Amino acid sequence: MLTKLPLLLFVFMLSLVLTASAQNGIDMADTMRSSGKIYVVVAVAAIVMIGILVYLAVLDRKISALEKKIKDKS
Amino acid sequence: MKKHWWKILSGCLLLYTVIIGFLGDVPSMAILNESIRNLYFHVTMWFAMMILLIVSLVNSIKYLGAFNLKSDIIAEESARVATLFGVLGLITGMVWAKYTWGAWWVNDVQLNGAAATMLVYAAYFLLRNSMEDEQKRARISAVYSIFAFAMMIVFIIILPRMTDSLHPGKGGNPGFSSYDLDHRLRLVFYPAVIGWTLLGVWIMNLRIRLKNLNNRIESK
Repeated sequence: MLTKLPLLLFVFMLSLVLTASAQNGIDMADTMRSSGKIYVVVAVAAIVMIGILVYLAVLDRKISALEKKIKDKS
Repeated sequence: MKKHWWKILSGCLLLYTVIIGFLGDVPSMAILNESIRNLYFHVTMWFAMMILLIVSLVNSIKYLGAFNLKSDIIAEESARVATLFGVLGLITGMVWAKYTWGAWWVNDVQLNGAAATMLVYAAYFLLRNSMEDEQKRARISAVYSIFAFAMMIVFIIILPRMTDSLHPGKGGNPGFSSYDLDHRLRLVFYPAVIGWTLLGVWIMNLRIRLKNLNNRIESK
């Protein structure tokens, strides 16, 4: 149950922040938003982030295996 | 799971940053437009660097107190990851500057100070490399590390506030924090700082463990 906590936290914070932005004469990326292209940006950034995190996790596991090997040997 | 919770937290916070950072609501400001979202990436790099440099400083002082090489290893590796974040901060800052100020670099106190700080810490690693004996290397680099931290404070925090600067938050410009960092920004910014810092700690942790493994294999 405790492992679900990060996901719960994320969904909660997501709901807090997704509000409509007001128009006040300053150009923002509303075209990106209205055409849905903003999701492409999000997808790309998320893929990069996930890639980095997965790499670190794999590296972490490799090092843990090595540590275990050396501990068992000695 | 007990050992890894903070790594998972880092991942969640960073994914949150990357997703909500682009989808979330931000204040509309002239010149900056959407690039204000860079707050979650550029500014967080410097915050993470600061925190890691404090870790490095504390461990340098600890080493000088007890001469335990473990402290020295942490001091070095935290400085290494901090330098990585600093360089990324410089590069992201340059990109941001190009599209808001019109130039990749300006002759500005804050920018020059940040670059100088990176040079100061680059010298720290050069100094370490120049010495073979572990204890001597640890001692001398610990002393240098303390001075390096002091220089960083001067270059990045003190000097820019004393003169004119183009950079937000320095030299009389309102920083994003001085007129009450918009709460919409804070909602992503604070988790992002924690996320990036924890990522730095994760990388540092992996490097230290790898170094310890190598040491153990070599000493057998």
